[in-house]
Amino acid sequence: MATADPQVHDEHEHGEFIAHHFDNAEQQYDSGKLGIWVFLVTEVLFFSGLFVAYTLYRSHHPEIFDQAHVFLDKWLGGLNTVVLLFSSLTMALGVRYAQLGKNKLVAFFVLITMVCAAVFIGVKAIEYSHKWDQGILVSSAFNYTTVHAVPATAIGKALHISDYLVYLSAIPAILLVGFLIAAVGFTVGGKKILGIFCGCMAITAGGYFLGVVGAQVYMNVTDGGVGGSHASQPILLYAQEDHAADDQAGAVDDHGDANEEHSADDHGSQASHGPDPTKFVRDIGIFFSIYYCMTGLHAFHIIGGIIALAWILWRSLLGQWRSDYFGPVDYVGLYWHLVDLIWIFLFPMLYLID
Amino acid sequence: MMPQIPMLLAQIDEKVRELTSANAHDTPVPDEAMVHEGSYWFPRVASSYASDVDFLFMAIFWISAVFFAIIVGVMIYFCIRYRRIGGKIEPQPSASHNTTIEILWSVLPSILLVWIFYVGAVGFFEMRISPEDAEDIQVTARKWNWSFTYPDGDISSELHLVRDKPARLVMRSDDVLHSMYIPAFRQKMDVVPGRYTYAFLMPILDGKFRLACTEYCGEEHSKMRTMCQVHISEKDRKENTQWITADHKPWENGERLYKINCSGCHKVDGTPATGPALNTIWGEPENLIGKAPRLVDHNYVRESILYPDRDIVEGYGPVSKMNSFQGKISDKDIDYLITYMQYLKTGEVVELKDENATDAAAPPAEEPAQAPAEAGTGENN
Amino acid sequence: MGTTIKATPEIFGHAENNFFNASSGWKSWAFTLDHKRIGIMYLIGVTTALFLAGVFALVLRSHLWIANSEMLTPAMYNQMFTLHGAVMVFAFIIPSIPAALGNMVLPMMLGAKDVAFPRLNLMSFYLWVIGTGCLLYAILAGYGLDTGWTFYTPYSIETESGVIYATAGAFVLGFSSIFTGINFLVTVNTMRLPGQGWFKLPLFIWSLYATAIIQILATPVLGITLLLLISERLMSIGIFDPRYGGDPVLFQHFFWFYSHPAVYIMILPAMGVISELIAVYSQKRIFGYSFIAFSSVAIALLGFLVWGHHLFTSGQSLVVTLIFSAITFSVAIPSAVKVFNWLATMYKGSILLATPMCYALSFIFLFGIGGLTGLFLGALSTDIHLHDTYFVVAHFHFVMVGGTLTALLGGLFHWWPKMFGRMYNDMLGRVGCFLVFTGFNLTFFPQFVMGSRGMPRRYATYDPEYQIFHQWSTIGAFLLGIGILLAFAVLVYAAFKGPKVGGNPFKAASLEWQSSSPPDFHNFLHKPVMTDPYDFDAMVYDEDLDTYIHREFADPAKVPPRVEPIHH
Repeated sequence: MATADPQVHDEHEHGEFIAHHFDNAEQQYDSGKLGIWVFLVTEVLFFSGLFVAYTLYRSHHPEIFDQAHVFLDKWLGGLNTVVLLFSSLTMALGVRYAQLGKNKLVAFFVLITMVCAAVFIGVKAIEYSHKWDQGILVSSAFNYTTVHAVPATAIGKALHISDYLVYLSAIPAILLVGFLIAAVGFTVGGKKILGIFCGCMAITAGGYFLGVVGAQVYMNVTDGGVGGSHASQPILLYAQEDHAADDQAGAVDDHGDANEEHSADDHGSQASHGPDPTKFVRDIGIFFSIYYCMTGLHAFHIIGGIIALAWILWRSLLGQWRSDYFGPVDYVGLYWHLVDLIWIFLFPMLYLID
Repeated sequence: MMPQIPMLLAQIDEKVRELTSANAHDTPVPDEAMVHEGSYWFPRVASSYASDVDFLFMAIFWISAVFFAIIVGVMIYFCIRYRRIGGKIEPQPSASHNTTIEILWSVLPSILLVWIFYVGAVGFFEMRISPEDAEDIQVTARKWNWSFTYPDGDISSELHLVRDKPARLVMRSDDVLHSMYIPAFRQKMDVVPGRYTYAFLMPILDGKFRLACTEYCGEEHSKMRTMCQVHISEKDRKENTQWITADHKPWENGERLYKINCSGCHKVDGTPATGPALNTIWGEPENLIGKAPRLVDHNYVRESILYPDRDIVEGYGPVSKMNSFQGKISDKDIDYLITYMQYLKTGEVVELKDENATDAAAPPAEEPAQAPAEAGTGENN
Repeated sequence: MGTTIKATPEIFGHAENNFFNASSGWKSWAFTLDHKRIGIMYLIGVTTALFLAGVFALVLRSHLWIANSEMLTPAMYNQMFTLHGAVMVFAFIIPSIPAALGNMVLPMMLGAKDVAFPRLNLMSFYLWVIGTGCLLYAILAGYGLDTGWTFYTPYSIETESGVIYATAGAFVLGFSSIFTGINFLVTVNTMRLPGQGWFKLPLFIWSLYATAIIQILATPVLGITLLLLISERLMSIGIFDPRYGGDPVLFQHFFWFYSHPAVYIMILPAMGVISELIAVYSQKRIFGYSFIAFSSVAIALLGFLVWGHHLFTSGQSLVVTLIFSAITFSVAIPSAVKVFNWLATMYKGSILLATPMCYALSFIFLFGIGGLTGLFLGALSTDIHLHDTYFVVAHFHFVMVGGTLTALLGGLFHWWPKMFGRMYNDMLGRVGCFLVFTGFNLTFFPQFVMGSRGMPRRYATYDPEYQIFHQWSTIGAFLLGIGILLAFAVLVYAAFKGPKVGGNPFKAASLEWQSSSPPDFHNFLHKPVMTDPYDFDAMVYDEDLDTYIHREFADPAKVPPRVEPIHH
């Protein structure tokens, strides 16, 4: 300001990265740190609504929660948990090297974090598309049937790709190709840093396909997830525990038919006992409503995290982090740890019910 | 399955719907209920607890009035006494805090508040807990009319009560949220889809009063008003009311439904079968597997029919052997089953057997449908 | 250091170079990071929302002039009251004092150059624009919105109106509110002037801090609730829909878990403004500073525990109802404490009945009624009778309009000369205040009587018995409308044509008055002197500048001896 009193404004030197309204780097860092922590509190509360809904419906329909999680593959969930935990480690290393001002190492570890995030999304895409194939949707649309499932016994371990997976993968595919072309273009054009950045983004998009391929191979090897053929699962849901094995073996067709056939051998008093399609659809649908809301919202946060990480990556490539200025890496790191933490809660709540 | 009975009931339902919706656009509130009679603040006192509500209201009113008068009086006095004259800013020194007085004016009003809370809570329990001998009136709220079904099977679109006879409204909604409000009774309760709510009414004054929906329910919300008439005697009510007659008493309908759907596993002679006997359990606590005992009430019966594996009675586990009736049975049907269970609890088993006999001679259209059902399920037990 | 600064008009008086002309062109406003400009844009925005929703209100009141009115169809009436409520609550009252007044004043009260995150601040404003736009798009696109501002399920799932647009709007507005809250909380924590301890903050800051806590803790729950409602409409997920086994009452719990604390988002900043006004226009140190400060925090925290009192008739269990009623009464205490403290502040003061003080006094009157009628609704048996009647409508208008709107107007009149460097016409300002006060009471007092006599709310037509009350109410509403128009006319005229005024015309002691009027782009051209915000003796009159300045900047010979307050 032309009219500013020079005495006042020369009192402190504004560093390159200190915004004009802060007195010093420390105040700026503290503000950012408090800000991100408060923001994380709002994030936790945002999810808390869903946790409350989960708790209420689980206390109302414990039997549904006990049984519906059979549809969730705990090995794929576990894989994602490991991937996210690993990404937390790489993120923490990234923050550490930012504090030391080693920008290349920051870029490297942030890139690994991004790839892990993409792998997570890829595995999730397999899980989602697989369920959509089987009609496992939210309450109103829940329409489970094995007809659409992988006909594992007939085709064996042949590669089966869901239509939904193709739609889901369209955007990552476009990103992959786009960033590859951009990376080559920028590198040839002499804009080396932009070229490297686009290359890193292409690698991240590739991470998605790494996750997809890995999970798809797992699906094919295990006939559609843990426990073998998915055709057996609906029976598990409604049979009594001691008959579970028989049911699995006997069930080849639509679950209603299978059960009628089965109960015919059973005691007369249980003639009317069996899965009731209406109830099945409605109550189990609530579990999946909550499942899709929770994991969907979490996936959006992962995608948001990838965008934030890309910003950190770009600034690392520009070499902007110094031992007295690394706040943004720290803030994004905290956000990333929170997103991991939420998954650490979601995984046992949804996959490991027993 | 036997579709006849549910279809028949659906027809009755339809009839109620037609008759009540005919009234929906000019609300059946009589002129005499539209004139304000009562004190300045309130309509007439027409229920046992209304005067308690009025008392608390007036008590809070006068407490508030005194506080308010003091606050505003002091404020105006200060404004005059300490006004700034001639632009000279000369505040006189005075204390800027005084812990004693601040604690005093925090604690003293608190004592009054505790009293208000206490009186309010006592009155609230009086309004919410109905006595054992209250007659149950089934209330169905739907956009935008009411239907009331009485213990003897009569149906009306207005609420008819008998003076000094306690009544309990057992309410459910067919669509969205509604709320049953009778200003003269000072009573209000939301009607929630997917569950039952109750309202206790104890009329002490005969006459015609307003009954309104107070929970916003869509376009014609303001037309969802009807009349609540308090008769001087049961006889007066029976004779001077325009009933929408149902073909059967609710418990009779309930019995039909029972025979079709439940008799295979549930006995009504007190002996346990695949499931507990139904004639004694109404209103009694049931011991549940892995849960606290629960009273058999409307919501319990409804949940047991729709979600049988939620609460399992001890001795019938470990998992429920019962099918859910979700989607097979309407809420109205559950109402009938409940009235049947209540009827059974009163212990008139002889009459029940008579009813079975007369049922056998019932219209032939129903008989072939019923007979195999009884035979088929009877053998299994 | 005071001795090195000469008291020039540029620093303490009416400044010709200020944040208004620091830069020019539309981009300098649209992309500004300056909290003062963002505050003014917010003010223009929320005022527009106020007038829009006010017009809806007048249409409603005109419709209710006769009992069986056919001026609006029932469907139009329902849309009208829904939009009135939704726009007033989400687009006007919640952002009014924190985002408009708070943005202008808060950093200056801390002696800071800006809020901690200026870009987040601007984003918050644009989210407000987008959210309000979504809300209004529901009307413009012809869908309408007829759920009531509470969006109760299952009606909001079934209705064919534009619930998705409106809830998306409210969702975005929620984030705008969260970002403002984060910004203010961090700013107060990290950007205070050195030496400005927590108990040297003006009470307005305390109330904004408490508000920020609520915005941060409660609004996310509204966010997820509205997101679930949108999913419910788009895909019928079945969490709130009884047809799929969901629980419609759960929505009410979620909704009021936010919306009851939101009531305190509306009233706490208003209380903060009133604390400032009463002290300045009585020229007295605020009585019981720490009691007022902690009562703000107490209200904020207790506010999270009382949401269930909106559900006394919903069929929740008797014990839960009892507990919620008991906690509800406990909120009454800190509110009452504030009123007593304000009165005690006026004791032996030098009271100037300028326009802001008139608003402050009418706030005490109206908030008094609003608060005391809350007792009728907190007590269980009377609430059963009064729930969802006009009594409730009158009660919350007394709190939100009689409280928040009155305080907003009072605050605007108080800080207007600071923002624009020009003075308003005090007489016309007081006439406006009188009209607002009279019109307001005329509008809403009859509604208490109607409610207690059994008039349900949200009724398009009603029994003729109530007609006379409705007519009084309608007359009052138009009077209130004229009063608000007059108040804003006085303000707008003053902003452009009013007589120029110095940095501190009211002898206020908080830090923002140590700058020029309007303030410089950097807020202060000197480092402000840390002073107690209620130590009015520290301010001395400067004849050359015709305004009050801190004694450190004044000619030592002219400084009068201090009057020390008595402490017990």
